[in-house]
Amino acid sequence: MKARVHVTLKPAVLDPQGSAIKNALEQLGFSGVGDVRQGKLIEIELNQSDDQAAKAEIEAMCKALLVNEVIETYRLELES
Amino acid sequence: MKSAVIVFPGSNCDRDVQVALRQSMGSEPTMVWHKDSELPKVDLIVLPGGFSYGDYLRVGAMSARSPAMRATVEAAEKGVSVIGICNGFQILTEAKLLPGALTRNRDLKFHCRDVYLRVETSQSLFTSRYEEGQCLRLPVANHDGCYVTDDEGRRRLEDQGQIAFRYCDAEGAVRPEANLNGSISNIAGIFNETKTVLGLMPHPERLSDPALGGNDGRALFDGLVEAFN
Repeated sequence: MKARVHVTLKPAVLDPQGSAIKNALEQLGFSGVGDVRQGKLIEIELNQSDDQAAKAEIEAMCKALLVNEVIETYRLELES
Repeated sequence: MKSAVIVFPGSNCDRDVQVALRQSMGSEPTMVWHKDSELPKVDLIVLPGGFSYGDYLRVGAMSARSPAMRATVEAAEKGVSVIGICNGFQILTEAKLLPGALTRNRDLKFHCRDVYLRVETSQSLFTSRYEEGQCLRLPVANHDGCYVTDDEGRRRLEDQGQIAFRYCDAEGAVRPEANLNGSISNIAGIFNETKTVLGLMPHPERLSDPALGGNDGRALFDGLVEAFN
C-alpha cells in the first residue's frame, strides 16, 4: 500500500514561505486569499496489507525522522 | 585538551574549526567521519557548520541520525562537552541535545555577513574568557537561523540562564532591529541545562585570527583549552 504523510508547521510557528506565496497570489490578482501555509508531502510505498500495522509503522517513522514535533505536525493517509 | 570534529557529507567549516582548535590547543583535533560509530576519548566534540546531507528533509535532520551523532549523544549524556556551530546547532536541536528548532529566516534570505552578539553569561566553559554583556562581532552564513521554541521553552531558557548569546547592535543593545532572522528573544546561541552543550548560529572559528579580519571568536576556543588543561 501507499502511505502519504502531510507535514505542516504548527499553527504557532511563523511560515515566511507561506506569507510570500500569499503576497504573490495577491499580486497576481487573486482576491480573498487568507492565510497561506506551506508544508510537504512524503509518499511511502509499504509492503504491508494491514491498515493498523501500516499506521503504527508510519507513526513510528514520523517520530523517528519524518516529523520534528517541536515545530511540525502531520496527517496520515493510507491508500491500498 | 583533546577534541574531535565530526565531518558530515556537506560540512564546509570543518577545516576552519580545525585551524581554530589547532591554534588554541597547540595540537591537532581528531577529524571523525560521520559513519564512525566510535569516537576517540575527548574533552570536546565539535559539530561544524555547513549543509550536511544537503539540508534534506529538514536542516540537520539526517546528520542527527548518523552513527557519529549517536556516539556524540551518548558522550554528551556522560558529560562530554559539545559545541555545534551553525549547521552544528541545527543538528544539536534535531538530536534533542538542545531544546527548540531552527527554521527559515524570517525574510527568506540567506544571511552572509558579520553580526553583533551580546554575551549573556561568562559562567560557562565556552564563555569564561568573555565578560557578561560584552559585544562580539562574528559572521553568520545561513538560511535557517531563526530559533523557535514555545513560551514555556523560552521561559525555561531564561530562568535557567541557558541563553549564551543574543543578537544586538554595534553598541551591545539587544533590540528588535538587531534580530536579523526572527529568532525568539534575539537568541543566537543556547546551552543545555548543564551548560556542557552549546549551540550557536554565528561562526567563532571564522574570526579567530586577526589575519581573518577579527579575533572575537578566539576567546571561546582559548577558554575551552584553559578549562580542560
